[in-house]
Amino acid sequence: MASASSKSAFWKGFRDGAPFLLVVGPFGVLFGVVATEAGLNIMETMAFSIVVIAGAAQFTAIQLMVDDAPTLVVLATALAVNLRMAIYSASLTPHLGVAPLWQRAIVAYFTVDQSYAVSIAQFEKTPDWPLRRKLAYFFGVVTPVCPMWYVVTWIGAYAGTAIPPEFALDFAIPITFLAIIAPLLRTVPHVLACVTSVVLALAFAWVPYSLGLLIAAFGAMVVGAQMEVIITRRAKA
Amino acid sequence: MIGTWELWIIILGLGIGSFTLRFSFLGIIGKRALPEWVLRHLRYTAVAVLPGLIAPLVLWPAATGGEPDPARLTAVAVTLLVGIITRNVLAAIFAGAIALYGTMYLLA
Repeated sequence: MASASSKSAFWKGFRDGAPFLLVVGPFGVLFGVVATEAGLNIMETMAFSIVVIAGAAQFTAIQLMVDDAPTLVVLATALAVNLRMAIYSASLTPHLGVAPLWQRAIVAYFTVDQSYAVSIAQFEKTPDWPLRRKLAYFFGVVTPVCPMWYVVTWIGAYAGTAIPPEFALDFAIPITFLAIIAPLLRTVPHVLACVTSVVLALAFAWVPYSLGLLIAAFGAMVVGAQMEVIITRRAKA
Repeated sequence: MIGTWELWIIILGLGIGSFTLRFSFLGIIGKRALPEWVLRHLRYTAVAVLPGLIAPLVLWPAATGGEPDPARLTAVAVTLLVGIITRNVLAAIFAGAIALYGTMYLLA
């Protein structure tokens, strides 16, 4: 029975993850194109997508390298963009933390915006799922998304020609993330956390190395959690 | 553009650094139960990080030189609305893309 439910969880994850091909596809092609135009060869471009596997940080690093930033600044800035991965890691821990170490290491490697966002939305809906089912779901989501990241990077690097700006591919990411966020706005604390995140991110956009986003995320988490406490207290009173 | 050595230091450094961030809590905390106040904060991680990540891209898109753009703002409103009403991620993405290209076509 356990293996049957794991199997169905895997395919449910696969179906939930598959739509993100539409996003990862153009985004990865774009990275391949941008990296090649910056002077990287195909092997270097592929190494970026396979070793780092984090689109926003990869774009940040390429942009800074084109600007001739020092190696240390490139590393520090791109890692700052990726600091949210530590939050994802913390957020997945209550659900997947009991898995064996080697499985946790594989989960960690495949923790990207899409696999995290889709999985955590499911885990919050069904917190009682056993570990095996949650792991199967996570890897179901990863399967269509991550291998495709490598493939489309290669296509972009190979094609090596610029995609016309009329296609407004820059907006593939905001639209996807909005589509993920909207269904999560199901309680007052979630809505307030979301608004806080936007306001603080814009207010602190001037802070270097993308640290403004971390300030915004931290502030928004506190607002959401505090609001939850206040509402629970009122409900009891 | 920087040299080959520096490039590989950046690729490997970013890879190791990113993995460390991803593995941090999952690897170290593992089986230990997290206190309730930590869990309460973690419930809001998705709505705390992702909106802040895209807010500047929405208001100040690099493609328009940082100027707010009617087509992109329309796409945002439509995506959010359809996402909240249908609770369907794919429907929201499609609606947003149609709104983006539709508005760009109408304004062109």
